Parts: sequence; C-alpha cells; structure tokens
Amino acid sequence: MDFHHSAERSMLAETFGRFLQKRYPVEVRHEISASAIGWSPAHWAELAELGVLCGLVSETAGGFGGSGFDIAAIFEQLGRAMAVEPFLGTLMATRTLAMVGGHDGLIGDVLGGASILAFAHEESASRYDLTNIAAHARRDGDAWLLNGGKAVVPQLEAADDIIVSARIAGMKGERAGIGLFLVKRAAPGVVVEGYPLIDGGRAGELQLVDTPGLLLTDDAHPVLEDVVAAGIVALSWEAVGIMDMIKATTLDYLRTRHQFGVPIGKFQALQHRMATVALEIEQARSAAINAANALQGDRAKRERSVSAAKYTIGRAGTLVAEEAIQLHGGMGMTWELPVSHFAKRLVMIGHQLGDEDHHLARFIRFGQAA
Amino acid sequence: MNLDFTPDEERFRAEVRSFLKARLPARIADKVRTGKRLHKKDHEEWHAILHERGWLASHWPPEYGGPGWTTAQAHIFDEEVSLAFAPRVIPFGVSMLGPVLIKFGTSAQKQHWLPRILDGTDWWCQGYSEPGAGSDLASLKTSAVRQGDHYLVNGQKTWTTLAQYADMIFCLVRTSAEGKKQAGISFLLIDMKSPGVEVRPIITLEGEHEVNEIFFTDVRVPVENLVGEENMGWTYAKYLLTYERTSEARVGAATASLAFLKQIAQTEEKGGRPLAEDPLFAARIARVEIDLENMKTTNLRVLAGSGSSAAPLELSAMLKIRGTEIRQELASLARIALGPYAQPFVSEALDEEFQGSRIGPDYAGGLAAHYFNERKLSIFAGSNEVQREIITKVSLEL
Repeated sequence: MDFHHSAERSMLAETFGRFLQKRYPVEVRHEISASAIGWSPAHWAELAELGVLCGLVSETAGGFGGSGFDIAAIFEQLGRAMAVEPFLGTLMATRTLAMVGGHDGLIGDVLGGASILAFAHEESASRYDLTNIAAHARRDGDAWLLNGGKAVVPQLEAADDIIVSARIAGMKGERAGIGLFLVKRAAPGVVVEGYPLIDGGRAGELQLVDTPGLLLTDDAHPVLEDVVAAGIVALSWEAVGIMDMIKATTLDYLRTRHQFGVPIGKFQALQHRMATVALEIEQARSAAINAANALQGDRAKRERSVSAAKYTIGRAGTLVAEEAIQLHGGMGMTWELPVSHFAKRLVMIGHQLGDEDHHLARFIRFGQAA
Repeated sequence: MNLDFTPDEERFRAEVRSFLKARLPARIADKVRTGKRLHKKDHEEWHAILHERGWLASHWPPEYGGPGWTTAQAHIFDEEVSLAFAPRVIPFGVSMLGPVLIKFGTSAQKQHWLPRILDGTDWWCQGYSEPGAGSDLASLKTSAVRQGDHYLVNGQKTWTTLAQYADMIFCLVRTSAEGKKQAGISFLLIDMKSPGVEVRPIITLEGEHEVNEIFFTDVRVPVENLVGEENMGWTYAKYLLTYERTSEARVGAATASLAFLKQIAQTEEKGGRPLAEDPLFAARIARVEIDLENMKTTNLRVLAGSGSSAAPLELSAMLKIRGTEIRQELASLARIALGPYAQPFVSEALDEEFQGSRIGPDYAGGLAAHYFNERKLSIFAGSNEVQREIITKVSLEL
C-alpha cells in the first residue's frame, strides 16, 4: 500500500503547478475567463509544449499517462489555479478516440496543441442520464447525418472538432443504439451558441441540422461510461485542489481578521466549523483516491467508486464552499477575493457529469445489482 | 499510488479467516451478532483462544509476547475479527496498559504485569475520568500522597468500564498541585482488592451495568506500582489516548454492522417490498455506506503513514469523529428498520439462557438498546467536540 504518486507523476504535477503559479495567477485567470473566447490559446500552446496534455492519454494512444492517478495529478493542479482551459473536453474526447482506435493522428494533433476537441453528450433534457439521448443520426448513402442538440458543452467554441453522441437505433433510456460521431466544427448545419459561465470560462449549446459526422462507434454506451468515469475522476481531483486552496485561504482569514479584539479564529464556533470542513476535505480526498484507483478496474467497481466519489464531492464541495463564504463574512461575498471564485467553481462542479442525488441513486443501483 | 494489500498480506488475511472459522466459538459470535449480553467468561474464553495462538496482543512487539505484525497485518486482523463477529478484545490491559508499560515501565513491571495481561490473570480497568474531570481530564483531583514505601490514594473515578470484573486498575492520580495542572499527574497501578476501594454500578440509559464509579479511601499503593516518573503521567496518558483514537475508526465493526443492517432491510417490508428497496431508506443506507468507504481509505492513509498534508494526529481525530458518527448512524438505521418492534424490550431475552418467547423478529430484541448504548461513541475517548479542538490546535493552528 502506498499513497504517494510515482516520481515521474510527482514531477509532472510539480512542473505543471509551478507553471500555473507563475503564468496563470488569479489576475491572469480572471482576464482569460472574462475574455471574448474564455480561454487562452497562448497558454494552451505552452502547456502542449510542456507535455502536460500527454499526461491525459495512455502510452498506447500516444501520450504517457491516462491512468486515474495521472488524471488526478493534473486536475488537482488545475483546481488550485482555477484554470478555465479546455482540459475536460480534451480528456474525454481523446479518451474516446483512444478507446475506439484508429485516430492516432488526430490525438497527436490535440496533444501537440494543433487541434482542440470538445465532448458533447449531455442534452437539455437528459439530466445526467447517459442513455437519455434524443439527438439522432441516420444513414445517407455512405455518410451519417446528425440532427439534435447538445447542452452546456464546456469550451465548445474553442473546438475544431466535436465528439457527439446520437441515437442510431432504439429509444431514449436504452443502452443499445447510441453512436458516437466526430463532427467538424465547420461542417454544414453546425450552430454553436456560446455563453459565459457563472464560475468562469465559457460553454455552448450545440445544434446540428443534417450535419455529416464520422461514426466512431455504434456501441457507445461502454465508451460513454468509461469516458464519463474518467471525467468524474478529473472533476473530483479538480475539486480536491480547490478545497485545499479554500482551506488555506480561509485559515489565513481566520488568523488575520480581528473582531472583538481577537482574531476570529479564536472563536470556538468558527473553529469547530472549520474542523468539520477539514474533516470533509480529507473524506473527499479519500473518495477521489478511490475513484482514481478504480478507473482501471472492472466496470462494477469503477462505476460504484466514481458515483461514490461524485456524490461525496457534490455534498462536501457544497459544504466547503458555503462554509468558506460564511467564515469569510462579508468579504466572502465579494468578487475581489479569490475565495468566492473557488466557491463558485466548487459548487458548479456538482452540476457537471451528475449531481450528488444522481450519483447516490446510481450507487444504490450498482449495489443492488451486485 | 497503490491501494492494494500485498500477496503476503492477502495470504495473512486468509490465515486469519481460517483461524476464526476453526476457533471462534459460534455461540459467542452469535451473541455478538444479535446483540446478546456477553459475560466475563465469554471474554475470557475468547482471550484464551487468541493467547494460545499468540494473537492476543496484536500491537505488542514479539519480545513481550506480541505477534510482531506490521500495521497492515494488525489492521487486517482487526478487520477480520470484527467481520466474523468476534468480541472486541477488552482493550484496557492489552491495548492500553500494555503499550504504556512497554514504553515507559521498568523491566520489573514489564516482567510482572505483561504475562499476566496475556494469560488473563489480571482483568484491568481504566481510571481516568472523574466527576469533575471529563473532557477536561487534566483537572482530575484523585490524590496520591507518598508515605515511605507507598502512596495513599483518596478520591473518585467514574465511567469505569467493566470495573465490576476487574482485578487491577491503572489510574491517573494527582501527585502535585504545583505548576500547570497537567504537570502534577502520575500513572499508578492499583489492586482493586486493596482495602478502601469501593465499586458502585452506574446503570446506563438502556438498563445495562457496563460502567461504574470507584471510590478510593486511604488506599495504600506500593511505590513500585508507579509507572515511569512521578508527575509525568499526563505524557503517558496522551500516548495511550492517541492509540485509543486511532482504533476508534473501527472500520471492521462498521462494515459488519452495515452488512447486518442490509440483511435486516431485506427482511423487513414496506409496502409489500423489502425495506431495502424503499428509495428513502436505500438512500440513507447508501449515504452511510459511501461515508464508510471513504473512511476506509482515510484509515489506510493513516496506516500507510502519509498521503496528504494532514498530520497523523489530525487524521486520527478525524477518524474518531467520522468513525463514531458512522457507527451511530448504522445503529440508528437498524433501530428505524425495526418499525414498531423497536419498542418492546425484554431485558432477560438478551441472555443466552433465556427460554421465553421472543417478541418480534429474532434480531429485534437488542437493537434499540444498542442504539441508545452507542450514543456513548461521540462522548467517550475524547468527545467529538474535544476531537475538533485537537484538529483546531494541531493542524489548523487557530
């Protein structure tokens, strides 16, 4: 048993962390986040150069990482910096391509920074259910034409290509009959409506009208489960990174803010709330460790562990965010302090790839099936 | 990162399992599982079986009769023993006094007391809390005054678990009123048969006699029963308390309770379906199950010695808080699962000799009592509020 990262992985995380500290301080982050495009092509190019993106992809697919703990090490640093760059879409899209095989050229372009991918699965009415897909694809000679909409796709406007799920057979709610397609951003019938997010960066609604797409797999459900599991590991560790930052900044505030002639951290009511926050953060870290560890495992263990983690992160994340604002008093309500932005991101992670209720229900289903 | 036990450790787990299968008396395991009363002889029988195998003092070094296990092995053993519904080894001699004597005792004390702990000659109890010294333990008042070759002890201890069975008690006593209150405390071993020692039962809310008050009136204690140095007892007590907290995660016990709860929820019905399928109840079970899975990993992180910036003492305080919360919630859900049959309570039915008819399901009799008894978990071994103080001071540095 060993709870340390390997030397190589620690080194990658440290290099990446140092880069972000130096090149992505909070003022820069806010500037990028509020910019018209909501990400930074210049930083992205540097990160590609550094090799960070290769940590998201397995060796067999052209990277040097891709395991649960590789993803963990990278996203933990992203959380600490509140980076708004298109990492999640890159992870989920390259992982899809690696699973279906035969797209090493495109993966290489992405890892080299020459191309950006988005992953578009969630729809306006699917509410985190992987099988609740209304977008559909039909054959047109040798080609596939896609119709339908995708909701709140992270950094959709940044993408050169989009991986899109669509039904090729069956009904909403069925596992069988879902296809995954590679769609060119510039293809006919693609409409992207981009918008800013409350926690920074941008996302978009995607509409497809008779849009041609390249079929990646006609049996997408197992791929979707694996890719979403990897996305949950990523978000869980982003949340852990954020929580550590929130803990540090809140402790700092409790030690320096004076009221009634003493630092407010001397008040037991606040101390005990903070002790609970610290406890919940350690439990969340354990949940994230479990999920990262299970990503390589068999399906039942993997799905149970990622749902347990996402439930835990959703519950603990909201608690940590709300307590951080409360313990900062009025200052926690301001735009000026980074803590409010950490808190917003932490709460919004709960709205990506399934909230705590969704994953609690899923954890129960997997328990009953076992 | 590697969360797996080694093949050797897994082999060890299999060895523990087959030992439990062969040697744990079914009669005793059944009492533990169904919440029946354990008697002194049940504990003694189980201790003797473990001692014979050399596994009683799982945390002692081999030169004192311990098995020389790694922390991982000791963890596996604790987990398997709980999962098999073996009684918990009574901790006072084996887990509390033993380690203190090994670290701070004289060689004469070790030679005399340690073998007697192992072979069951002495049943030990712990004399820490007093009526005026609970969470604020260092304000204890029981005094020990040196008079030649003995101490004269006067005062009162309380919440003394199973003192009614005890031959010996290890006590924190005040030997000096000078300086900080922590500075005048000594660690003394007292024979329960000494003149002037009186034990009075405290009946707890569920009607059981588990804890006691002990009164000391001019009790003579030979000076060779002082452990370590005079006025240094607080240091030894803290050493012992750290041990007590780490063990309060009780992962194995919680896992066993969860399995039992699920079994009950499969048997009980709601709307013609198993209670386990009721979405509200299933959600309550799932929440505590996820908490437990997270805590298992937190516990392993403590065992592995690292894994985060958190100091071990902080993590052990967290484990005490969350571990006891989880076990309280499990006891609570078992009570709720019984529906109206949580109410009947025939105390005699908890004895194995009971011949009368049982009210409600077979497992029902002791569960509500167990729930009430488990309220103690967040109070003893440093209340969960005291644990938050420890987190605040040790790690948050507020």
